Amino acid sequence: MAEKTIRIRAEMSGEITDVKALINHPMETGLRKDSKTNELVPAHFIQEVTCEHNGKNVLTAEWGVAVSKNPYLSFQFKGGKKGDKIKISWVDNKGDKDSEEGQVQ
Amino acid sequence: MTNMNRRSFLKGTAATSMVGIAIGAGVLKPTDVLAAWPQAGFEAKSVDGALNALHQSSSTTASSDINIKAPDIAENGAVVPITVSTPMAAEAITVIVEKNPQPLAANFVMGGGATGYISTRVKMGKTSKLIAVVKAGGKLHSAEKEVKVTIGGCGG
Repeated sequence: MAEKTIRIRAEMSGEITDVKALINHPMETGLRKDSKTNELVPAHFIQEVTCEHNGKNVLTAEWGVAVSKNPYLSFQFKGGKKGDKIKISWVDNKGDKDSEEGQVQ
Repeated sequence: MTNMNRRSFLKGTAATSMVGIAIGAGVLKPTDVLAAWPQAGFEAKSVDGALNALHQSSSTTASSDINIKAPDIAENGAVVPITVSTPMAAEAITVIVEKNPQPLAANFVMGGGATGYISTRVKMGKTSKLIAVVKAGGKLHSAEKEVKVTIGGCGG
């Protein structure tokens, strides 16, 4: 994909690493009608987001169509430190995917 | 893979270290192991149906240890921020919008080190209860919060 779809911000707050991510995605429910053609817009949504800390899985998010457009995700974990790598990947129901790496600040 | 990671893999229980070795040997990629999107859960039309499909049980215990942060009134049902936090050792946190056509909104599976905290934004078709189910110690704990929606977030 040409453009980055994921923005990651990870910060230490005491012992806990606080990760925030924004993903650009339409998250179509399959229930919405196009206002011009009056036809249903097919469902197109992220199904799974995986979050890794230094290559180790810390969170898997399984999403349905009820997650808002351009999803926001935030989670926390213990055992991180400044400079650690955070990798977030998503895959949607059409098989599109993207991943992005960030560093703990 | 760094040595540190390998060590922590080997520290796990017999079952998890088997998986760890498989991952370490490059036999299984982490994504292969986890690629099990619970389709039945997301297609379920009822809260119980979703929980049965997801956690093989729909019996939950109300818990005051689960904190749901969401607005009392959502002006726009398409974007309702929700934060679920719990001091319990959560294995999974499930977010359900009771009156959506498909109530299950999201399921979060905690991996190593993750604390019982998630925050995201969901769509709500109409005024409904938001239900957070936390799986901890093999049991399901739940809490709920009513959110009034003035403009629906599903359809157009």
